[in-house]
Amino acid sequence: MVPIRTKPLRVWVFAGVFAILFAAVATLPSTARADSHPIKIGFSMTLTGGLAANGKAALVAMEIWRDDINKKGGLLGRQVEFVYYDDSTNPANVPGIYTKLLNVDKVDLVVSSYGTNLIAPAMPIIMKKKMVFMTLFGLAVNDRFNYDRYFQIMPSGPVPKEDWSRGFFELALAQSPKPTSIALLATDSEFAKNAVAGARTNAERAGLKIVYDETFKPGTADFSPIVRAIQASGPDLVYVGCYPPGAAGIVRAANELGLDVKMFGGGMVGLQYAALLTKLGPQLNGMVNYDFWAPEPTLNFPGIEEFLKKYQAKAGEAGVDPLGHYLPPYAYAYLEILAQAVEAVGSLDDHGKLAEYIHKTTFNTVVGPVSFADNGEWAKSRVLMVQFQNIEDGNIEQFHKPGKRVVLYPGDVKSGEFKYPYTSAR
Amino acid sequence: MFSIDLLSNALVAGLLLGGFYAAVALGLSIVFGQLDIVNIAHPAFVILGSYVVYMTNTALGLDPVLAGLLFTPLFFVLGVFVYRIYYSGFERTGRESLAGLAFFFGIMFILEVTIILIYGVDYRLVNAAYIGQTLRIGIIDLPYRMLVPFLTAMAMTAGIAFYLSRTFTGRAILAVSQDRLALELMGANPIRIKSLAFGIGLATAAVAGALLIIIGPVEPSFGRVYIGRVFAIVILGGMGSIKGTLLAALLIGVSESLVQTFIGPSWADAVAFSVLLLTLVLRPQGLFGRL
Repeated sequence: MVPIRTKPLRVWVFAGVFAILFAAVATLPSTARADSHPIKIGFSMTLTGGLAANGKAALVAMEIWRDDINKKGGLLGRQVEFVYYDDSTNPANVPGIYTKLLNVDKVDLVVSSYGTNLIAPAMPIIMKKKMVFMTLFGLAVNDRFNYDRYFQIMPSGPVPKEDWSRGFFELALAQSPKPTSIALLATDSEFAKNAVAGARTNAERAGLKIVYDETFKPGTADFSPIVRAIQASGPDLVYVGCYPPGAAGIVRAANELGLDVKMFGGGMVGLQYAALLTKLGPQLNGMVNYDFWAPEPTLNFPGIEEFLKKYQAKAGEAGVDPLGHYLPPYAYAYLEILAQAVEAVGSLDDHGKLAEYIHKTTFNTVVGPVSFADNGEWAKSRVLMVQFQNIEDGNIEQFHKPGKRVVLYPGDVKSGEFKYPYTSAR
Repeated sequence: MFSIDLLSNALVAGLLLGGFYAAVALGLSIVFGQLDIVNIAHPAFVILGSYVVYMTNTALGLDPVLAGLLFTPLFFVLGVFVYRIYYSGFERTGRESLAGLAFFFGIMFILEVTIILIYGVDYRLVNAAYIGQTLRIGIIDLPYRMLVPFLTAMAMTAGIAFYLSRTFTGRAILAVSQDRLALELMGANPIRIKSLAFGIGLATAAVAGALLIIIGPVEPSFGRVYIGRVFAIVILGGMGSIKGTLLAALLIGVSESLVQTFIGPSWADAVAFSVLLLTLVLRPQGLFGRL
């Protein structure tokens, strides 16, 4: 006779616990079951084309943030991963990319590509999905959309077009003798024309006579005729809005022809990058141009040095700006803000609550405290006006130290004295 | 605002700019004008020239023009190689019109991506003692940044014109687009001649790239802004005419400079292309082209 073997008690206990666990997991909502899955943040980025230099630098900064947060345990306890596509600096590619990110890749959060022209085409798609949209360096994009879940990290202020150049004019009007006339010059692109439109408003408000107001095509090779025409119109101030090739050409032509004005600069993109700083060198002395960060003691925010060390270690290999003072800290910060908001709200699903939280909170980031106005721009402008001073040669090391891009505006972060006028300051 | 000072400086600046345009368009004048090959990637090869010059200038401190000249043999070989692929893939089978154009579009993107992979996407500039200096003759200002490219372009154009008109191979290049059969009867191999011509066209891109990076910063996709302008210059000058290409480049340069000075820079392109259209209405073959 074969003895009947009964299962030991521990087998029954194990089976029971397993059954209970299985039942519990089966009845959980699908979002909770997916908790072990990474959180996907989707975006398009200018990795090739005209704005690739900044787009790639932004990506390096964003990857540093991703690695940092994953080392700390992730977001809501989940690892973070990026899903991104190169938009080739072509606005026409952007709607398709965000449609794919949202409908095919099913990303949890979206952030923007770099620059005004690449943010605007994504807006209708994001607005339709009612998602929070953290954006990177768009100038006055939300003026047209009035989207209450739009947040922009560039510190241009609540009236972006005018705040962008406000410091330039406040500095100029505080000088004696007071300047009376201005020349305005912009690249034929949306960003530069927006910047100069704000400068035009500020100039008219200040009662300055606009003696020259022109745009030029991207790809202009020689700026000598333009600089001569500006000089012939006899302005006290010259405000320029342009991209790096234009900035280099205009600065060189101004030096070669001895431009004789009281203030020169304004909204020239490129004079923040090592490539142009080192090659233009002393030709920059005396110019007053916008900036967003410089290694001045008044801008030494918690975490910025640590971030820049990590960025600069990766910049060589990535072939991007070795200094990383301009865009990268802000590319890190816009993700810091998004993450702080998600952690505080505790959910990825309710974008209304996320937006509400971002609107009412002041965030501590590597670019300092950030709070937003109703239109999603910084509540208070912090567009710096820096003056290039004491640049002696093309040595990059000097730009890691204070005293070369002296902050003149705004007053609460001022780090040195204004040398005026341009002709003697150079 | 008109003054003799402004006018004379605008004319001189236009001539200097036109000289640079001539250097960029010269290779295309040979390849497109004489061989009928729509090498839309030519400006991308010019950018490649800028980057290799940047590399030697940064690493060895070589003068950019000298560096550009040193790279001409390498670009020549590259040109021969590219033409051989183009010939085998498209010209030999008579598919050069649309497929050939797509081929050069592809080359353009491959070059851009290759440059990005090697050098990254940051803007690049070069150092030279004369950059930033200006020669002043009376009321005329001559920035060396524009003067050196102008003189180099003139020398290169003269050299190419001399080679094409005074040597057997040069005349064979001129002949290959006109009567290939007659050339074969003369004992010359048209494919070899076309390879040579394509190589020369690309060799000029090395020098043009050096001149471009002397004038201003470059980034990998910067060549795209020159595509329309260089084709316009070649067509305005008359297909295949080196003399015409030079004159057209100077004409475009001067018209751009005058418009920038006296009307406004936003009109510069419109006026330059109006000059092209007007010329083509009056002389459909271009300034020095044959009907």
